[in-house]
Amino acid sequence: MQKALLIDPEKCTSCLQCELACSFEQEGVFNPAKSRIKVFEFEHGLKAIPYTCTQCSEAWCLHACPVEAITINEATGAKEVNPNTCVGCKVCTIACPFGTINYNADSGKVIKCDLCSGDPACAKACPTDAITYVDANWTGYDRMQEMALVGHGRPAKGAAQ
Amino acid sequence: MSGGNVKGANAKAQKGMGWQGTVLRVDLTRGEVHKDPLNMEWANDYLGERGLATKYLYEMMDPKADAMSPENVLIFATGPLSGTMSSTSGRYAVVTKGPLTDAIACSNSGGKFGAFLKFAGYDMLIVEGRSEKPVYLNIADDTVEILSADDLWGKTVWETEEWIKTTHQNPQMKVASIGVAGETGNRYACVVNDLHRAAGRSGVGAVMGSKNLKAVAAWGTKGVAVDDPVTFMKAVSETHTALHESSGRKGLTKYGTHAMLDAMQKFGGLPTRNFEDVQFEGAKKIGSRAVREPNENGHVNLLTNKACFGCTIACGRIAHIDEKHFSIVNRPKYRHASGGLEYETAYAFGPLCGVDDVDALTFAGYMTNEHGYDPISFGGTLAAAMELYEMGVLTKEHTDGIELKFGSAEALVVMSEKTGKGEGFGKELALGSKRLCEKYGHPEVAMVVKGQEFAGYDSRALQGMGLGYATSNRGACHLKHDVFEPDMEDQTGKGKAEPCKTSQDQIAMIDSTGLCLFTAGDFGTEGYRKQVDAACPGDWSTERMLEIGERVWNLERMFNLEAGLTKADDTLPKRLLEIPAPSGTAKGKVAELDIMLPEYYELRGWGDDGVPTKDTLDRLGLAAR
Ligand code: SF4
Ligand code: SF4
Repeated sequence: MQKALLIDPEKCTSCLQCELACSFEQEGVFNPAKSRIKVFEFEHGLKAIPYTCTQCSEAWCLHACPVEAITINEATGAKEVNPNTCVGCKVCTIACPFGTINYNADSGKVIKCDLCSGDPACAKACPTDAITYVDANWTGYDRMQEMALVGHGRPAKGAAQ
Repeated sequence: MSGGNVKGANAKAQKGMGWQGTVLRVDLTRGEVHKDPLNMEWANDYLGERGLATKYLYEMMDPKADAMSPENVLIFATGPLSGTMSSTSGRYAVVTKGPLTDAIACSNSGGKFGAFLKFAGYDMLIVEGRSEKPVYLNIADDTVEILSADDLWGKTVWETEEWIKTTHQNPQMKVASIGVAGETGNRYACVVNDLHRAAGRSGVGAVMGSKNLKAVAAWGTKGVAVDDPVTFMKAVSETHTALHESSGRKGLTKYGTHAMLDAMQKFGGLPTRNFEDVQFEGAKKIGSRAVREPNENGHVNLLTNKACFGCTIACGRIAHIDEKHFSIVNRPKYRHASGGLEYETAYAFGPLCGVDDVDALTFAGYMTNEHGYDPISFGGTLAAAMELYEMGVLTKEHTDGIELKFGSAEALVVMSEKTGKGEGFGKELALGSKRLCEKYGHPEVAMVVKGQEFAGYDSRALQGMGLGYATSNRGACHLKHDVFEPDMEDQTGKGKAEPCKTSQDQIAMIDSTGLCLFTAGDFGTEGYRKQVDAACPGDWSTERMLEIGERVWNLERMFNLEAGLTKADDTLPKRLLEIPAPSGTAKGKVAELDIMLPEYYELRGWGDDGVPTKDTLDRLGLAAR
C-alpha cells in the first residue's frame, strides 16, 4: 500500500515539532531553517498551516531536472533527489508549482521531502495528528466521513480543541 | 500517529553540547558588538537561561545601580535544551534589575523568538549601556547590526514586528520588542515577542526602553546539536509520552490556565476588588466556560489554542472580541483574532477590578500585548486606583473624567488603552500600585510584595503561596514556587516552608534548562535531568541539578541583598496579615507568615536576618563579596 502525508491544518498548534523532527532526520541537527516541511502562520496566529511536497505523480521537478537527479522511490512513491547527481541548477525549483523543493546554499544541492523512506519523522513527532501518514488512496476518508454526518444534520467538527 | 513517540537518532545525527558556546554582547553606549565564548565554568554551575543569566548579571553590574540607568545590564537568555526537540524548548528569560521592584527581575517568555536567537548561534544576548538614539538589533546568524529605530519609536509592538519583517524582507524573522509603555518608562512594561508572548513581569520592558532599544530581531539557520543524540532522543520520546498521556496536560491543552479561575472561585482564593474579598460574584461570567459558550449575539470568544516553539502542550489561547461589544464596535481594527484570556489576565482585569465582562477583559488583554505592559501589575494598579477613587482620594479630575469604580468595564477598557499609550491618567497607572498609592498618601492600599502586584491566589486561603510571594526574589509572583497541593489540603502555615523552599529550587533548575514550568508535574526532576545529561557533556546527577536550583536561588538573593533589600522586604501587605478572609474555605483566616518565615530561613541555611550563612554559601560554591 502506498502512503501519503495527510495534513489537517485545523489541528495544527504551530509547535514546530515537525520542523525540528524533519531537520534532525535529514540534517542531524535541530534546525527548522533546514526543514522540508514548513508551518506558516496567518491572521495574528489564529491559523497555522503546515506545508510540504505532495509527491506529484507526474512530478514537475522530476521532469524538469536536466541530469535526472530526481527519481521515484518505488516503495514509497517519493520523488527523491540524488545529491551525487544534482548539479544545483535549481531548474526544479522553478518548475515546482508549490515551492516545496528548495535550494540549500550550504550543500549547493536542492532539498525536498523524501517521506523519510517510508517513516516520516514529522508525522511521528506531531502531537496533535495534524500530520498523519495514511493510505494514499484514502487521504479524504476522514473528511468524507465527517461530511457524511453533516449531510445528515450533524454540525461539523470544531477547531483544534 | 501521535502518542508522544518520536523517531530515534539516525546516522546523520551530529554531536554538539546543547549550548552554542557563544554569548552575544552588545554595548549600546559604544555601539559595539562582541561575540564572547560562553564561560563554560559558569555554564556547568548554572546551566543556562535564568541561572546562567543571573550569574552573568551578578558579575557584570553593581546591584545598587539604578534599574533605569545605563549601568543596568539586560540579558536575553536561552538554555541548553532551547531549540531542541524537548517539549517546550521555546522559552527564554529576560534577566535584569527590575524598575518595579528595584530587585533582580527574571521574566520568562515563550513564543519562537528565544529558539531562533539560539539558532542564530548564541546562548545569550547581553545588552549593556544606553544608545543615544533609538535603535534595534538585527541578528541573522553571524550578522549583528545595531540599526536606527527612528522610524519605529512610538510604534506598537504589533506594528514593530511587521515593520521589521517587511523592511528586512524576511517573514520568518522573530521579533521581541517594546511598545510605547517600554519607551516611556512604564514601571511594569514588558518585552513582547511573536505578537502575544511576553517576558511580562517586573518591568523588563522599561529597562529595554531606558537603553533606547526598541526591538531585537532574530533569525538563525545554525541549528542545535546535542552531546549524545541516541540517548537524547530516547529521553525526548519518554518525556513526550509522559506529557501526552497526562491528564494535567490535557486540561492545559483544552482550557489553558483559565480553568484555575473556576477552581479559585470555588476554593475562595480569588482576590476580588483589591483583596476586599476572595470570591467574586461575577466569576461565572468570565470563567473558562464563558469564553467557550455563545453570548447573546451568538459570539464565542475563544477560537482555538496555539503553542510556543517546540511545545506539545499548547496552552496558548487565541480569541476574538464580539464586534458588537462597546470596546470595538467603532474600531474594526480590533476585529481580528489575537491572544486570549488565560488565568492571570482574567483574574487581574476581572475579579481584582470587579469587572465581569469577558470581552472587556479580552480587549484589555489586546492592549497589554499591543502596547507591551504586564496585565497582572496593570490589573493590580487599576484595582488600587479604583479603591482610591471609591475612598474619594482620586476624583474624576484625576481620572480624565472616567468614573473609576470597581466593576466598571468602561474604566478597564479606557484605562488599558491610556496606560498602553501613556496618556492622561494612564501615566499615573504606569507607576504601579506602590508608587501610585504612595503619591496619593495611601501606601496601605498597594497590594504588593517588593513593589510587585500579586498573581491570582490569595495568601489567606493558600498559605504556602503567601510564603512564596513574600520570599520570591522578584516580588509577588506565583511562578517561582509550587506549594499548590499542600495548600489545597491544609490551610495553615504549618509544614509549608519545606515544600516552598524545595519547589523554589526545583523551579530555578527547570527555568535554567530552557524548558517551560508547565512540564514540571509530568517530567519530574528526572525528566529534566535525563534530557540535560544527554544534551550536555559531563555527568548530570539529580543532586547536581537540584543544587544548581538552590545555587541560583541564593545568588538571586545575594543580588537583592547587595541591592539594598533586607529581611523587612520578605513580607506581605497588612491586609493579608491582619484582615481575615471574609468568605470561602479560609473564612476567618489570615496569612500565617510569622509561622512560616523563620522555618523557611532555617531550611534555607540563612540567619535570622535572612542572609545566607557562610556555611550555606560555601556549600553552594558561592562567596560573599
Ligand atoms: S517538489 Fe513540487 S513538483 Fe516535485 S514532487 Fe513535490 S510538489 Fe511535485
Ligand atoms: S508538529 Fe503538528 S501541530 Fe506541531 S507545527 Fe507541525 S503540524 Fe502543527
